[in-house]
Amino acid sequence: MEKDTIAAISTPIGEGAIAIVRLSGEEAVKIVNPLFDGKDLATVDSHTIHYGKLIDPNTNEMVEEVMVTVMRGPRTFTKEDVIEINCHGGLASVNRLLELVLSRGARLAEPGEFTKRAFLNGRIDLSQAEAVMDLIRAKTDKAMNIALKQLDGKLSKLVQQLRQSLIETVAHVEVNIDYPEYDDVEQMSHQLLREKTVEVHQEVERLLSMARQGKILREGIATAIIGRPNVGKSSLLNALVHETKAIVTDIPGTTRDVIEEYVNIRGIPLRLVDTAGIRETEDIVEKIGVERSRQALKESDLILLVLNYGEELSEGDRQLFEAVNGLEFIVIVNKTDLPQALDLEEVKQLAGNQKVITTALIEDKGLDQLEEAIVATFFAGDIDAGDLTYVSNVRHIQLLQQTMQALEDAKEAIDADMPIDLVQIDVTRAWELLGEIVGDTVQDSLIDQLFSQFCLGK
Amino acid sequence: MSTYEAGQYDVIVIGAGHAGVEAAYAAASRGAKTLMLTMNLDMIAFMPCNPSIGGPAKGIVVREVDALGGLMGKVIDKTYIQMRMLNTAKGPAVRALRAQADKPLYIQEMKKMLEQAPNLTLRQGMVEKLVIEDGKCQGVITETKALYRAKSVIITTGTFMRGRVIIGDISYESGPNNQRASVKLAENLEELGFELVRFKTGTPPRVINHSIDYSKTEIQPGDENPQHFSYETTEAITDQIPCWLTYTNENTHGIINDNLGLSAMYSGMIKGTGPRYCPSIEDKIVRFHDKPRHQIFLEPEGRNTEEVYVQGLSTSLPEYVQREILRSIPGLEEAEIMRAGYAIEYDAVVPTQLWPTLEVKNVEGIFTAGQINGTSGYEEAAGQGIMAGINAAAKALNKETLILDRSQAYIGVLIDDLVTKGTNEPYRLLTSRAEYRLLLRHDNADLRLTDIGYKLGLIPEERYNKFEEKKRLIEEEKNRLQEVRLKPTEQLQTLLEEIGSTRLKDGILAFDLLKRPEVTYRLIDKVCPADKELAADVKEQIEIQIKYQGYIAKSNQQVEKMKKMENKLIPDNIDYDAITGIATEAREKLKKVRPLSVAQASRIAGVNPADVSILLVYIEQGNVAKVSNE
Repeated sequence: MEKDTIAAISTPIGEGAIAIVRLSGEEAVKIVNPLFDGKDLATVDSHTIHYGKLIDPNTNEMVEEVMVTVMRGPRTFTKEDVIEINCHGGLASVNRLLELVLSRGARLAEPGEFTKRAFLNGRIDLSQAEAVMDLIRAKTDKAMNIALKQLDGKLSKLVQQLRQSLIETVAHVEVNIDYPEYDDVEQMSHQLLREKTVEVHQEVERLLSMARQGKILREGIATAIIGRPNVGKSSLLNALVHETKAIVTDIPGTTRDVIEEYVNIRGIPLRLVDTAGIRETEDIVEKIGVERSRQALKESDLILLVLNYGEELSEGDRQLFEAVNGLEFIVIVNKTDLPQALDLEEVKQLAGNQKVITTALIEDKGLDQLEEAIVATFFAGDIDAGDLTYVSNVRHIQLLQQTMQALEDAKEAIDADMPIDLVQIDVTRAWELLGEIVGDTVQDSLIDQLFSQFCLGK
Repeated sequence: MSTYEAGQYDVIVIGAGHAGVEAAYAAASRGAKTLMLTMNLDMIAFMPCNPSIGGPAKGIVVREVDALGGLMGKVIDKTYIQMRMLNTAKGPAVRALRAQADKPLYIQEMKKMLEQAPNLTLRQGMVEKLVIEDGKCQGVITETKALYRAKSVIITTGTFMRGRVIIGDISYESGPNNQRASVKLAENLEELGFELVRFKTGTPPRVINHSIDYSKTEIQPGDENPQHFSYETTEAITDQIPCWLTYTNENTHGIINDNLGLSAMYSGMIKGTGPRYCPSIEDKIVRFHDKPRHQIFLEPEGRNTEEVYVQGLSTSLPEYVQREILRSIPGLEEAEIMRAGYAIEYDAVVPTQLWPTLEVKNVEGIFTAGQINGTSGYEEAAGQGIMAGINAAAKALNKETLILDRSQAYIGVLIDDLVTKGTNEPYRLLTSRAEYRLLLRHDNADLRLTDIGYKLGLIPEERYNKFEEKKRLIEEEKNRLQEVRLKPTEQLQTLLEEIGSTRLKDGILAFDLLKRPEVTYRLIDKVCPADKELAADVKEQIEIQIKYQGYIAKSNQQVEKMKKMENKLIPDNIDYDAITGIATEAREKLKKVRPLSVAQASRIAGVNPADVSILLVYIEQGNVAKVSNE
């Protein structure tokens, strides 16, 4: 309990030039090293700082450019091995780093835990002990308040429902064990248990995907508008912004102002980023070939690919389709006020299963459909952002991920034909983890469930 | 009141129920000169309720008691009328043995074993008063004015304290089965500042065997090859007697509903809290009114008696209603009641007043064990009894005490729950109360506890040598299986297919093959047997340890984590009022429970993680202070 490795964001929450994720514990180096594309942190000198890239091992993609400081115990704040990862400021990137180290085995630090370790390891002297206790109390209360506030009523209700479903299942297994002759319930079968497990697993998965949606709601959908010159990118931008900020002409390459703008599409913030081709006068088609541009596209959540209805599909357009292959994009066939020259069938084919919208932005036509398409891409059905249940707290997300893992272990055990009382260990674990989200882990409630659900005698 | 000096002992045990007998025997085995006082020497280890011992969790406790040298397993193995292994279709962690007992024979056998035990004196007498000087126990005084002196006294008075039997609207002062209630002792405990609570339990009617028409019921036979509780038992009882199963029906439920107002439970006569896991039949009908029928088991009370226990029909309805109910049940239409069912209310000690050694916190030298501590069940009583006996002897003789933790034994779970969390209903052990139940198995109770029992002097040399040999064989065979590589021969492939396993693609270690769920040691015996034929329990142990290795390792990791906190001891003289930052509720709870370790503190309801953190820091501060003072 005391020896595991803890991690937390140790710079103030909010925008800053840099942010730091700090780890402390025996495994600190072991956790960060495989994520770090740079020097081998296991062999570098203590108290040195190293430039490199942080890689997500699941996707092998770069997450951030970072500076990593390695400090080996006992000459550290906590007297344990400490790693500090410096990254660009901004909530999104630093959260992503934290999630990454948590997923590699670090535990999210309790409030005041670094200081507590410093004290327990003898780093802080006696006179400071009381201050440490006050700190723990204050921080814990504050963190709890924040966490509880973040836990909106609907989410809490949903988690409770999942817990109820799990505990009924567990109670069913338990009653078979503790009252083997009780004939009112059939023996919980592997199949039934599997169904229940899968059911809850799906829900947790959905919650986690909504957590991603929640992130989108907070941070906006990073959106890039691309297209050959003069297809109407600026008109699109203007239409979305609802005010003229970019200069719109019919001379190709006349967009000079760079606008990174938040626009609100039916309650969902769109963050329009790096609208290459709008920003610069060089030919976007040439630019797309450049790796840097591809990278910019990859960092977007959504790409709006604009085509000209009045022109035939060019080699440049085809290259754009190639560039967005595998990404989330919407094709906008603009200028339907012009006589048709574009082969729509071919466009649809190139778009694959992504949406194709036709607009005449100059006449304000088609914007509604576009907005609908954007919403539908990220949220199934109608979405009222104020009504959306989502998880935003890192701790909650970590607990949900652990819950998923426990349920997956249970499924695996069922498929390996393990005895049901062993499978039940992981199901109970899932139930406990969900309990930690809503602040309820009392073991006795299982026993309460047992006796309220079943009429037990012998 | 003039008393006479009746004798000097190391340990006195008040009561001779399932807690008392184990306590007395364990204390005597540790070398303490022990006196067991009971109000009726013919009722030693009497079973006032169901005639059975064991079952899930409980059966494992019996094994644990046996591994610590206790009596329950040995005596039931000599006297059972039926033995069944339960949960055989489930995993090894939840298998459990249950015996139907021959009640009169059990009493006789237990009494004989106690009479023959060295250092142990049995005497009839009702204790009315504890002698306390300077907050320390000095001895007891009986109704007949005998003063027995001892440094340690164990109270195991079960449901006798201010016991009150209730049948319909009739109620009278009584212990179970119309024995005398213990009133003066209860008053004495109250004077001494014990916090008492009122609990309730009940028992069903007994009917005479020849009035039952068994043709309308289903037979419930024992196992063909019975296993046993005690590791010392070698011989099985072959002529087992079956139990029988029948059901209540709409008629039964109608009668109960019509007479609900007459039930002491519902008329308001009973104030005590009853157990949810052992509800009266009226409770079952009220709480689960949509259930069309309830199981009723007919269980013989012994070989030489005609009495049959009607399991499932516990009630406090008037006797004439009980008769009506019985007669509505198939097979019992002509049933003649021999004893009516009744509810009993009694005083119990609030168990958070106890140390984990079962010594009372406010009076040195007094221990309590069994139903007096708010538990229910013979096995729970026995488990506490043996621990109280071990620790009371330790107190008197200045020997080491024993506290079992939650990863070592169900007994540890039971006592930790009681002294840390208390209970608001009669407490029954369930497998779900044990977070490490995969480690607390029926099959490994000896591996868990024999060493401890031996070190305390409770396990004879000969038995211990056998145990060591068993351990050696298990390790040797596990090592051998790690080295034997099996080739995918046609013989092996066929054998695998026969048991529904998949064929091998390549050679495999015997050890790894045994990990497959469908592969048992029987296959090993066929393809690569050990040099010497191994005993069944050795094979079973090897199979379980290998097959569930992953889960066992996971549990062990959790235990390691807990142990770290378990090893952070809280100083005896800690002043919780001096710790800043602890929440008020937590402070009150900590002051009452006075946990021995940080782990125990963290299990108290109302003590949250922040409080635990602060406690840790405070304790560490104390340690730092000590070092800097030196």
